[in-house]
Amino acid sequence: MTTISAARAQVAESAGVPSASEVADLIAKAPVPRPTLPRTFGAMMAREFRVLRRNAVSTFTRAVMQPLLFVFVFAYVFPKIGGGFMLGGAGAARASAVGSITFATILVPGLMASMLLMQGIMAVTFPLVMEFSWQRTIEDRALAPVPITVLAIQKITAGGIQAFLGACIVFPIVLLVHAPGQGPHVHVTNWPLFIFILAAASLLTASLGLLLGTVMDPRKMQMLFAVILLPATMLGCVYYPWAALNHIRWLQLVILINPMVYMSEGLRAVLTPVLPRMPMWAVLLALVGGTAVFGYLGTRTFTRRVLN
Amino acid sequence: MTGASGYAIRTEDLRKTYKSSRGDVPAVRGIDLGVGSGEFFGLLGPNGAGKSTTIGMLTTLVLPTGGRAWVAGLDVVADPVGVKRRIGVVTQNNTLDMQLTVAENLEFRSRFFGLSLREASRRAAQLLEVFGLADRRKAMSTDLSGGQAKRLLIARALVHRPDVLFLDEPTAGLDPQTRVNLWDILRVLHAEGQTILLTTHYMEEAEALCERIAVMDHGEVLASGTVNELKDGAGAETVITVRYEDAVPADMTARAGLAGRPGVRKVEADGDYVRVFTREPEGVLGELVTAGSAAGLTVRDATQLKPSLETVFLTLTGREYRE
Repeated sequence: MTTISAARAQVAESAGVPSASEVADLIAKAPVPRPTLPRTFGAMMAREFRVLRRNAVSTFTRAVMQPLLFVFVFAYVFPKIGGGFMLGGAGAARASAVGSITFATILVPGLMASMLLMQGIMAVTFPLVMEFSWQRTIEDRALAPVPITVLAIQKITAGGIQAFLGACIVFPIVLLVHAPGQGPHVHVTNWPLFIFILAAASLLTASLGLLLGTVMDPRKMQMLFAVILLPATMLGCVYYPWAALNHIRWLQLVILINPMVYMSEGLRAVLTPVLPRMPMWAVLLALVGGTAVFGYLGTRTFTRRVLN
Repeated sequence: MTGASGYAIRTEDLRKTYKSSRGDVPAVRGIDLGVGSGEFFGLLGPNGAGKSTTIGMLTTLVLPTGGRAWVAGLDVVADPVGVKRRIGVVTQNNTLDMQLTVAENLEFRSRFFGLSLREASRRAAQLLEVFGLADRRKAMSTDLSGGQAKRLLIARALVHRPDVLFLDEPTAGLDPQTRVNLWDILRVLHAEGQTILLTTHYMEEAEALCERIAVMDHGEVLASGTVNELKDGAGAETVITVRYEDAVPADMTARAGLAGRPGVRKVEADGDYVRVFTREPEGVLGELVTAGSAAGLTVRDATQLKPSLETVFLTLTGREYRE
């Protein structure tokens, strides 16, 4: 043992070889762990918020840029350069609904829905793909003393909260950025319903994010934009109300498979009730049902990926 | 629970077969292990022997397809959460939380195990001090050197005072100095009564650290026991291999009478080499050279392995150890 202790004396400072008494203390004076499901869940959520806080600037930038640019172009640039650019969905909506609806009014719920999807996927899918690839850092959390399904639910919860906050950022932006007279007419008719729709939509995108994160091939992440994000957004009633699509009946029916439609339309119903919209029962059924389906599938594939 | 009593780790006919498009791939083919409390146990075998799959099953992250396993008396399939409460795992990969600092990695792990904020930060500080990482507490975990990261992984596995500490290839890819440092840390932990199961493909690591060893290959345990038991049992023989420039004639070894020498258990001749397993190696090498020149062969290469885990492996598998 002399060589070991000699070597230890040499390198103890820099290399951190503990002495026997230190280790004895480490073991004898260890606090007794009392893990419970709520405690562990809470600690995992605290970890998410610590990371969010650390990356506050980049998270905030990510959340602000998309709505800011959209609103700037649609509610400031287009109205300034003339009504000819306001054709398409807005024009149709304008023709079919009320006379003086600004495009910003149509855009608010759509943008919120678009933000929900973006944030839900950014907050859940991207970190998850990282955690599953390369070093499999997911094992860090997988070894925490809770069932793996709890870990999946925790990821949905954390992603849902981020999506919720991301959607709320749209409000100040649309209220501040617009050409004179082009501000949105936003009026929450039913606060509990509004909060419920927003929360359900947040959980839906986070569940979808979990499912995508567990089935996506990390080498084909670019496909996410082409196959999921772009079609979901462009065909998700973000820029036009669903009712306005009655001119293109087949499209109106096809896009009913897109969960974004229900998010946009649900928010439209409670935020800008002057516009035509789809029935509330359909919205709620799709949001709650979609969350359940994606949540179930995502949790299942997640558990399978973690436990191989 | 009968199978588990008295053991820190126990397996009965534990199996794992992976399904793939090209059929079933058996990774672990029915192993029986028993590790006592406080023991330092090693799973030794080449890459692909099934060690990591075994440790995966014992740490609940790989689901067995057959047999049973208990850790700290709890069934790994029936009570994975109970098992996870009682184990610390040092993964082969760097699974530190890349988004967190060094100290946060320990604090949050402590909180996952139910410690309060204050307890967690005290425990983290204590571990950082002991493992010589105190001056790196605020660094991001991605900025650590390989050796520091490994120490942090070990520290993290100890936050909740686990009954059993698992280490999967803890020194793979580390420089020799860092490796010896880690050995010292593990020795100290073991001396303090920590039960440890370690996998390694380094023979000298198993020999230097472990009280008992199970030699694995192709998903099976070939032999287990203390290093001395293993040497006395399967491989107390010196293995002498001589390679010639040309193929060995079929009757060469018989003519030289090698098999009849005292102590010789086995003579293998295949292609261009002859291999002798013997307890009395003196003179064997000389005879192989003489026998070769009598048959018109020039020696190209000769090795003589003293009894070691390497000869044990060679004797058990008939193949040279590939690290």
